[in-house]
Amino acid sequence: MGRPLPANTVFRKRCRKAADMQTPEANDKTAGVPPREASHRRSSQGAPNPGRGPGNGPDIMPDAIDDATAPLSVKDLTVAYQRKPVLWDVELTLPEGRLIAVVGPNGAGKSTLIKAILGLVPRASGRVSIYGKPYEAQRHLVGYVPQRESVDWDFPVNALDVVAMGFYRKIGWLRPVTRSHRLAAVKELEKVGMADYAHRQISQLSGGQQQRIFLARALAQDARIYFMDEPFAGVDTATERAIIALLKDLKASGKTCVVVHHDLQTVPTYFDHVVLLNMRVVAHGPTEAVFTEENLKKTYGGRLTLLSQAFYELSKDPRLPRGTKGSQE
Amino acid sequence: MTARIRRMQLSGPVLAAGMAALSLILPETAHSAGLSSPFPSWPGWQEILRVLTLQDYNTRVVVIGTTLLGMAAGLVGTFLLLRKRALLSDALSHATLPGIAIAFILMTLLGGDGKNLLGLIAGAAFFSVLGTASVILIQRYSRLKDDAALGIVLSSYFGLGIALLGIATRMEAGNAAGLTSFIYGKTASMLLMDALLIAGAALASALFCILFFKEFALICFDGEYAASQGWPVTRLDFLMMTLAVVVTVIGLQAVGLILVVALLIIPPSAARFWTHNLRHMLWISGAFGAVSGLVGSGMSALMANLPAGAVIVLTASMVFLVSMILGSARGLLKTGLERRRLQRKIARENLLRALYEWIESCSGDADAASCILEEVPIEAMLARRSWTSAELRGTLHRLAAEGLVRRESPETCALTPEGWTAARRVVRNHRLWEAYLITRADIAPGQVDWGADEIEHILDPEMIQTLEKMLPETPVDAVPESPHPIAPPQGAV
Repeated sequence: MGRPLPANTVFRKRCRKAADMQTPEANDKTAGVPPREASHRRSSQGAPNPGRGPGNGPDIMPDAIDDATAPLSVKDLTVAYQRKPVLWDVELTLPEGRLIAVVGPNGAGKSTLIKAILGLVPRASGRVSIYGKPYEAQRHLVGYVPQRESVDWDFPVNALDVVAMGFYRKIGWLRPVTRSHRLAAVKELEKVGMADYAHRQISQLSGGQQQRIFLARALAQDARIYFMDEPFAGVDTATERAIIALLKDLKASGKTCVVVHHDLQTVPTYFDHVVLLNMRVVAHGPTEAVFTEENLKKTYGGRLTLLSQAFYELSKDPRLPRGTKGSQE
Repeated sequence: MTARIRRMQLSGPVLAAGMAALSLILPETAHSAGLSSPFPSWPGWQEILRVLTLQDYNTRVVVIGTTLLGMAAGLVGTFLLLRKRALLSDALSHATLPGIAIAFILMTLLGGDGKNLLGLIAGAAFFSVLGTASVILIQRYSRLKDDAALGIVLSSYFGLGIALLGIATRMEAGNAAGLTSFIYGKTASMLLMDALLIAGAALASALFCILFFKEFALICFDGEYAASQGWPVTRLDFLMMTLAVVVTVIGLQAVGLILVVALLIIPPSAARFWTHNLRHMLWISGAFGAVSGLVGSGMSALMANLPAGAVIVLTASMVFLVSMILGSARGLLKTGLERRRLQRKIARENLLRALYEWIESCSGDADAASCILEEVPIEAMLARRSWTSAELRGTLHRLAAEGLVRRESPETCALTPEGWTAARRVVRNHRLWEAYLITRADIAPGQVDWGADEIEHILDPEMIQTLEKMLPETPVDAVPESPHPIAPPQGAV
């Protein structure tokens, strides 16, 4: 299960260094504390003290994150498909202006986490707030890049039409897309290096180009926090480079990006904050502190088979109503 | 998943065409069964003119009504098709039958006119919503697949409708005769009131399609994204299904509940072959629907024993067939020609490379002089690749016509100077790609030929430049040596 850990020595060194200065909440997890209790302790402790070691400067470690101003704060989130829980008691507060990777094995609920935050899948419990207010009131601050496979690329529209969809909320009900919106859409396409393809039918674009179209559409939303579901999946190197450049631009202008990512090797180079997820949040925090071999083993390793087994048994229990988190009782 | 949906979309028109053909011969629809000849007689020019200029009052009502109906169905159907709900409208239309029967029974019991059109339509609309809701509920709360859910609801409601119709026809009060015309459609019974109702409803639903174009397009393309932006997807879906219900219900009388789904599926399916632009697709689909309604009802007005509903659907089917073959965006003819052009390009490049490599392995080098002198036996070329003699000779013939190959005798051929240049380029591309595969992709030299064989034909100048940059050891404008032994020239010397 999961991917093999990157074996290069640089990586090892980084991990060892990071393990030395591991944050208290990361240690909590090792002790087998139930996730709920651990998460409570985490939120009460807030973020670790800045400046505890080399490379731990204030530019990496934020001050204690305030729930009221954090771009994203998730409390007590549980999601179940049919009766099988996919996410369990997720507690998450993310800092502003960071590139944040959501990492975990297949079936860990990474996409589900994003969809639950955006209200696209029903939450069995939990609250999500964006900049201190419920998501529903803050939609205009949120940009979304769905998985590329989630739509039918045979749809009769061109690249420009898709990007213009990012303006639809601004345009409002019943009003048509105008020339000025199209010009603005071309500008967004330029940012992802796709202006030459504006009038290309979307089925005639390569996978990487389609991904960039989706990114341009999210840019058109002019959001403050972006959720991207596997933007690097199956793209060519040109697209990968374009996405990285774009993420850096977004970060430089103070935006927050939450990116579901599957390539562990590139996490330390691309992202400065990591959420390790496997049905629950195993650890989250600055990459240096959290992206350690030990935490990764906990995320990807065999320890969780017991938990998934329990979930599975639970899902078969006929006494439980649909979509409840039974183990709380 | 998408493959299945595509298959479902394709099976829609085919099924509908079959049903239309069937209803041509069914006894219920032959409303002039008393006539001596069972076959339609061809009308004279004067009659055709009369129908076309809408001189007849009755014809006028029917033709205008069905034309508008066709247009509205084409517009609404476009979004249904793109939302992958096309077959849901079939369940919806079949579910109207119990509604019609119950409305008739209730109105008769209450002492009114059992065949009051507004009452019947209200009943039909109510039950079509019920049917749609049943499908959605089954899909949401059971693990049944969509096609099964549709099949169950469609047949259950239709069965209920037939049973209730049986009760209705045996009722003491009221006259249920003619109720069955809702199953197969009967334009001849259309009154001015009906036509006005159809026209009004059709115009209204067309208007909604235009007003909500942006919103419908968004939820059809990417419903989750629309929801993340805060668009009320469920309510928009509900509006779209309401429009489908309206079109279905007003189409019952003209086309009948079995065939009305054809008007929703066939015009947009046909329109898709002509364009990649949603706005154009919407208008083309509306036009196709209108033409089907016009031609269908016109023909049935001219030939009394042709039922209008069936003719309307068959007209749409013809439009679909023509579009599928001739469509300018993705018709079979166009894609077929493109495929043949690519195949010929591949055959041409393969032959040029085979000629070049044969000469190279014969004379150790392949400079311009030796290439042009060397007469290559066609037999030897035949052994090089798995092409048939006819394919090889066809390709040779085209190369000769291009001036790349000289044919001095029927059994040999030789490259011209232009042919040598072209062949050199092809071989160079092939070997560049091979070098790339070996050095960058770690593919064994023995395996690369096959891989390069596939890719080399789609390498564009831009990619060649990239390759050249990545492989600086390759001299500019020179053909690198093949990384693997080339098959020895058989049948030569």
